[in-house]
Amino acid sequence: MIQFVLLISRQGKVRLTKWYSPYSQKERSKVIRELSGMILTRGPKLCNFVEWKGFKVVYKRYASLYFCMCVNQEDNELEILEIIHHFVEILDRYFGSVCELDLIFNFHKAYYILDEVLIAGELQESSKKTVSRLVSAQDSLVEAVKEETNSISNIIAQATK
Amino acid sequence: MALSGMRGLSVFISEIRNCQNKEQERLRVDKELGNIRTRFKNEKGLTPYDKKKYVWKMLYIFMLGYDVDFGHMEAVSLISAPKYPEKQVGYLVTSCLLNENHDFLRLAINTVRNDIIGRNETFQCLALTMVGNIGGREFAESLAPDVQKLLVSSSCRPLVRKKAALCLLRLFRKNPDVVNVDGWSDRMTQLLDEKNLGVLTSSMSLFVALVSNNHEAYWSCLPKCVKVLERLARNQDIPQEYTYYGIPSPWLQVKTMRALQYFPTVEDPNTRRALFEVLQRILMGTDVVKNVNKNNASHAVLFEALALVMHLDAEKEMLSQCVALLGKFIAVREPNIRYLGLENMTRMLMVTDVQDIIKRHQAQIITSLKDPDISIRRRALDLLYGMCDVSNAKDIVEELLQYLGTADFTMREELALKAAILAEKFAPDLSWYVDVILQLIDKAGDFVSDDIWFRVVQFVTNNEDLQPYAALKAREYLDKPAIHETMVKVSAYLLGEYSHLLARRPGCSPKDIFVIIHEKLPTVSTPTISILLSTYAKILMHSQPPDPELQNQIWAIFSKYETCIDTEIQQRAVEYFALSRKGEALMDILAEMPKFPERESSLIKKAEDTEADTAELSAIKSRTQQQASNALVVTDQREPPQLGMVKIPSVDHNSVSVDQELTQANGISHEVDHPQPDILGDLLSPLAIEAPPPPPPPVSEDDALALAPVEEQDNLVKPIGDTAERFHALCLKDSGVLYEDPYVQIGIKADWRGHQGRLVIFLGNKTTSSLTSVEAVVLPPSHLKLEVSSVPEVIPPRAQVQCPVEVVNLGPSRDVAVLDFSYMFGTSLVESKLRLPAVINKFFQPIPVSTEEFFPQWRSLAGPPLKLQEVVRGVRAMSLGEMSHLFSSLRLIVCPGLDPNPSNLVATTTFYSESTRAMLCLVRIETDPADRTQLRMTVASQDPTLTFELKEYIKEHLISIPTAPSMPQQPQPIASSDPGALLAGLL
Repeated sequence: MIQFVLLISRQGKVRLTKWYSPYSQKERSKVIRELSGMILTRGPKLCNFVEWKGFKVVYKRYASLYFCMCVNQEDNELEILEIIHHFVEILDRYFGSVCELDLIFNFHKAYYILDEVLIAGELQESSKKTVSRLVSAQDSLVEAVKEETNSISNIIAQATK
Repeated sequence: MALSGMRGLSVFISEIRNCQNKEQERLRVDKELGNIRTRFKNEKGLTPYDKKKYVWKMLYIFMLGYDVDFGHMEAVSLISAPKYPEKQVGYLVTSCLLNENHDFLRLAINTVRNDIIGRNETFQCLALTMVGNIGGREFAESLAPDVQKLLVSSSCRPLVRKKAALCLLRLFRKNPDVVNVDGWSDRMTQLLDEKNLGVLTSSMSLFVALVSNNHEAYWSCLPKCVKVLERLARNQDIPQEYTYYGIPSPWLQVKTMRALQYFPTVEDPNTRRALFEVLQRILMGTDVVKNVNKNNASHAVLFEALALVMHLDAEKEMLSQCVALLGKFIAVREPNIRYLGLENMTRMLMVTDVQDIIKRHQAQIITSLKDPDISIRRRALDLLYGMCDVSNAKDIVEELLQYLGTADFTMREELALKAAILAEKFAPDLSWYVDVILQLIDKAGDFVSDDIWFRVVQFVTNNEDLQPYAALKAREYLDKPAIHETMVKVSAYLLGEYSHLLARRPGCSPKDIFVIIHEKLPTVSTPTISILLSTYAKILMHSQPPDPELQNQIWAIFSKYETCIDTEIQQRAVEYFALSRKGEALMDILAEMPKFPERESSLIKKAEDTEADTAELSAIKSRTQQQASNALVVTDQREPPQLGMVKIPSVDHNSVSVDQELTQANGISHEVDHPQPDILGDLLSPLAIEAPPPPPPPVSEDDALALAPVEEQDNLVKPIGDTAERFHALCLKDSGVLYEDPYVQIGIKADWRGHQGRLVIFLGNKTTSSLTSVEAVVLPPSHLKLEVSSVPEVIPPRAQVQCPVEVVNLGPSRDVAVLDFSYMFGTSLVESKLRLPAVINKFFQPIPVSTEEFFPQWRSLAGPPLKLQEVVRGVRAMSLGEMSHLFSSLRLIVCPGLDPNPSNLVATTTFYSESTRAMLCLVRIETDPADRTQLRMTVASQDPTLTFELKEYIKEHLISIPTAPSMPQQPQPIASSDPGALLAGLL
């Protein structure tokens, strides 16, 4: 089971966090501090796993951003590593060549996408196509409501002219 | 730049980004929080858009690590908004801001439930996602049945069902007691037929959770899992979108194989064959390719397949194939594969008899110990630790010692501890062990815990041959210019005890030793000074004839420290000073330390304790389940190793009572008077009893007795301590107290060889008057042949008589021999029936069995009556470690590594009796980590009676203290509540 997901920049700035086990805000800060210290300092040619407090953190660096997932010790590390990549590919597909800034300004979108990939710290959907379809369906639902509201306000605007 | 679609939010985020430092950021955040708080206060003016914008800002601030202690209400209230955009934000922000322990969540339960049971599938999805991510007990209580319905509903679309599966998984995982999964095996069977791979993936995760909790209920799903795996491995009917770099959903493959590992075995031959075909295909067909992701995905599957092969009792050929693969992996350059190769090789160690093949890779593994990557170094260390045995201990430990000098600080303590454990366990000779520990202290003193040097002192004390060598080594280290304080401690201790053995060597006279040790005193801390003072006292005692100059020097030091602010030092100084003026008495008190009771290494326990911190693999766990050490025998350990310097004369208490008080005050605990089972040492000495009870009232006339209050009579013969408990303890060890009352103490000392044994019963009179009419009759059960020597009728005051019993075991049985013991004290008759600990496990010899021997035996004993299985409930709570400790006390040897599941135990032993000859017994315990009160036990041997009796016997020990139903627990004093009966009994 994935305990939490962290996206941290090379400078140690938090870009996204998702916790599947209850951690208090204090614990969260501590975890992020400790793990940034361990992971950001690791050289490029080392393995993608770090052992930490009886857990394992599987991480991968994409450009300036580190994607980290903390899992139980007995979990399959490579499987998690590819969940990270799967998530990154879906982000890439959604934003079109995703970059750190996309995620900074659209962290809420990243959350929606993550919620389609993982629930309860487990992989929910392994088809990129399905995830993308569901996320865009949500977007269009939001759009539809917006247009509806707009059209109502247009009508009101015109009526009160 | 892609913006958030909300201008206010984007502006805020870029302002935060533009902050030059943390302080500015905090100011900006505080300002924003103030702003949001004001806006939320007059909610009426807020449009839905505003509300959304502000809760997003709150979440962003919260994500950055700031406390956000308001606004939860606003986030939660968005959940009940009628329109999708608000609801979506409400659910997501709530699930990030709150966790399962927040009270605010309760407010949402009704809305969430309405969304789940409602018709709108987008709302259903939102609700299921949130509950799946943060659902707690109350959600489980009110929503589980609805979620279960959605999962199996035929009218729901896959997008809802897969979320329902994971939502249920979360609720079940958090509160298995609340979520009712009775009858879910049928539903699970159907779910595993699911065509949609998204739903199947989620369902498989749910299945893993269910089956890990209770595999018994899901046997019917096993063939389905194999089918799923076959379908994936053959790439049959897998839509393109579910292949990942050409591999049919690697995640589903991994999960399916994980689920299969929760079943103890695959019995149906067809299913088994099909499964092994798939596994074989994976093992052979996985090639290293250029594409990283494809490589990772295929190896994720491969490593899971390896784990499954290890779990199933695979053929030797297949296992060798696995080891060969792993051997290849640990030599590749790709760090992930190398890491996993090492990790899985460590797991492999525990599973099968491939140790010898693994040993061939030792050089390669040692190379990994020097890898630049600490993750890999850790794995290598763990593997080396696990694969170490007598044959390669020297190489491995020396490698570890060498590495210690350059290892990173984070690893040194673990490294030192492991080197110390291995050196102790597998030392080819003890002087080597001493060398290793001293080197450890020398090289990494800061990382050598006290336990490690305590341990070496215990060894040296208990092995006379070693003492001159150890003293010499200690002396050599003292010559080094700067030595670690721990080295000062251990050298001072060893030289205090044993330097007289070196006296003829140059530079080893008492004076030389004193001078070189005293040189260190100014540099050491307070606790070490105490040790040095003791050493001085010992040196003084050993310098015969006394050297007045040395004596004066040392006395001067003692008197200097008599005013020390540290009470421990002060006390030692005062006492040693006083003692050393006593001449002869000094010799008695400061004589060489007696041997330590043999005890389990506390290091191993420590290694176990640090496990969580250092992220150890289960190798350590498995190690601890072995007998603690080849040099020392496990006995129960009551206190941490204490190294008192002063021997307490245990024979003649009266003559040294003053000194005894002194030394007892010296912080050295010596429990003399406790009715603990291990006072046998005292019992065996001529005068067993330290403090005789007040002499009984001189009652000589019957009428006087009849007048005495009945309660008092009862008190006279009440046993001290719990007799049943004492018997139980004696089942697990060979000497101790069987029974005690105010007048009598009965001890047992036994020695067992094969099917024979000799048991000596010690009857001790604790009082100052004689016990008369003593009778001790042993009633043998049918399976024991007993030869009992007679007991004298009178036990004189404070004397002890021995009654040897020769025992021959004729066959397996749980019946017990009973000692019918009675005596007259004054005029009262005391009678008790005591069970003798000549129980079945005394005829066991714990002989370790290799995997090669074990598995053929296990398989050949196919089923009842030779192999019996039972689910035992009401097991008293104990950890696996405690359980394996219990097993070793029962003389069953725990064989770590035979069972891949870390929550299982496999133990073996050999039973001896006249009728059955030596007979191998195999035991397997499968525990349930979630429910410690139940387990499944399988017992096998070639004799059906033995199997049955052994099973029942172990069960008795697992459930609680065994009690024989027909046996009176307490000795039955004749005194009853009826004075008439009392008199009748006396006449």
